[in-house]
Amino acid sequence: MITRFLLRALDRKAIWLIVALVAVSILVPVANLVVPAGNPLHLDAVWVPLLGKYLTWAMLALALDLVWGYCGILSLGHGAFFALGGYAMGMYLMRQIGARGVYANPILPDFMVFLNWKALPWYWYGFDMFWFAAMMVALAPGLLALLFGWFAFRSRVTGVYLSIITQAMTYALLLAFFRNDMGFGGNNGLTDFKDILGFNVQAEATRAALFAVTALFLAAAVLVCSGIVNSKLGNVMIAIRDAESRARFLGYRVDNVKLFAFVVSAIIAGIAGALYVPQVGIINPNEFSPANSIEVVIWTAVGGRGTIIGPILGAILVNAGKSYFTAALPDYWLYALGALFMLTTIFLPQGIVGLVLGRGRKRRAPNNPSGRSEPLPARSAEAEAGEEVGILSPRAAE
Amino acid sequence: MTDETAPPVTIVDAAPPARTMLYLSGVSVSFDGFRALNNLSIIVHPAEMLAIIGPNGAGKTTMMDIITGKTRADAGDVLFDDTIDLRKLDEAKIANLGIGRKFQKPTVFESQTVWDNLLLALKKPRGVFPTLFYGADNDDVTRIDDILRIIRLSGRKGDLAAGLSHGQKQWLEIGMLLAQDPKLLLVDEPVAGMTDAETVETAKLLKDIAMTRSVVVVEHDMSFVRELGCRVTCLAEGSVLAEGTLDQVSANPVVIERYLGR
Repeated sequence: MITRFLLRALDRKAIWLIVALVAVSILVPVANLVVPAGNPLHLDAVWVPLLGKYLTWAMLALALDLVWGYCGILSLGHGAFFALGGYAMGMYLMRQIGARGVYANPILPDFMVFLNWKALPWYWYGFDMFWFAAMMVALAPGLLALLFGWFAFRSRVTGVYLSIITQAMTYALLLAFFRNDMGFGGNNGLTDFKDILGFNVQAEATRAALFAVTALFLAAAVLVCSGIVNSKLGNVMIAIRDAESRARFLGYRVDNVKLFAFVVSAIIAGIAGALYVPQVGIINPNEFSPANSIEVVIWTAVGGRGTIIGPILGAILVNAGKSYFTAALPDYWLYALGALFMLTTIFLPQGIVGLVLGRGRKRRAPNNPSGRSEPLPARSAEAEAGEEVGILSPRAAE
Repeated sequence: MTDETAPPVTIVDAAPPARTMLYLSGVSVSFDGFRALNNLSIIVHPAEMLAIIGPNGAGKTTMMDIITGKTRADAGDVLFDDTIDLRKLDEAKIANLGIGRKFQKPTVFESQTVWDNLLLALKKPRGVFPTLFYGADNDDVTRIDDILRIIRLSGRKGDLAAGLSHGQKQWLEIGMLLAQDPKLLLVDEPVAGMTDAETVETAKLLKDIAMTRSVVVVEHDMSFVRELGCRVTCLAEGSVLAEGTLDQVSANPVVIERYLGR
């Protein structure tokens, strides 16, 4: 069963992507640590966490694409799952500081001492252990997605309405995490990390290792997502995206399929967030800001939704552009981003991947029973309404 | 798919079988005060074909919505296979009981191949995990190949459904119905937009299907209904206007006045 899942996951595109990611996970640390400075192949240490950050964002975009590109659920709150995973990791890193904090309290993080708290709140228990924190990295976003999705999908909330409530969800969390008495460091968030698993988070070797781990986790996420979309469940997801009520009349429990995709996606986003935090050294409530989640949608759209490689490419390219623009022309970045999104929507509905693959689209091998579906077409028919499909509303109305 | 031992098509004057496949009695439903169905009663027997005709707004599609769980009836009984009360079940449960529906507008999954469309419809466990770990075995492949042959799309199985002609999409949807292996098929305007030759072929196909299953066809095309040669019910304003053979129904003065004469 699992073998079949893995074999199906490894189609040609996924294999190349995974090989490339594994290669990157080796080459970047080698170029940084082994190749001597001065050699043209040497990678300066500032690049390692920056590239690592791009890869965590690529993983977040891939998670979003699983629900949006393949299942038609436009989540504008995926940043919340990313941030929750990040907070779980941040809490572990805070507990690792121990007595080295400013107030030298061996148990309480600095901000709690500052707030005159006497004891650790119950929800901070266990976060001194890595395995517990790692579990919470997946559980916290997974459970939130399960609860949220259970109510939303069962009530058949779809299209823009769903997008709006996901946006409300991340905004509510933003406000909650800003409060000091929530016990997550208020608007300062969690920072001043020292160690991860006993290694100094600031050390070059640790950062290189974190980069390698991030690339490998992204490769694993590619494997999982590719396995899902290449299975018959992937066909069902695309069927739901294109004609939800038709899928229901075929006997599929649309709400369960959506819930599955949503929870898997939230867990991947949470892991991405957990990998992000030690590399940037801080997690604060701004990660919940609605604009962040919308940016993820732009990366995915630019790269090409409904493909595995599209969101990864999109996240890396847009963020590389952002790094460049915000340094060179800081006042114009938001205009550039807006223009990019509009141009993509109007001229490249399938993103960069669509541009590259668009003309080379081949017919399926006739004898391939599990013939795969093509990336999202520019427009697709909805069962009854038959409305035109815009990029922001895969299904505006039932 | 045609079973040699299956009973022949039941015509209205044959002795009625003891069981009913579909039993609607006194069904009413209103939308904002508009009575879409008004005390509607219809019976379909096993392996019987019933054609439903009637003017626009007669409640034909609403009736299908009630049977498939999309709309809830305000009053009346909706029973499937003698005993199962459909009013309490949702779309997915009703579909899995063995009621397949073909929509008026062909709704195939356009961005997927013809093969994948049939695979999605194939009668298999519909749960998330069985679907995730599903692999097509030889029986499934043979079954899909058979259906492809029946609906004349063997040569197009690797193509995206979006590339099919209108008539081919209608046939693909009928193929998807067959793949579901339902006991009762609800077919809404199957020949809309088809050429005459395709219409004749479709009638033949549906008659074959009705050898083993119950089929309810909603259609405006009278020559097609004549081709089907089955019992006919004429609906108007949400209730039954007349029943019988096509000749009996179309000779009915009320039907002529309210539907055919217009």
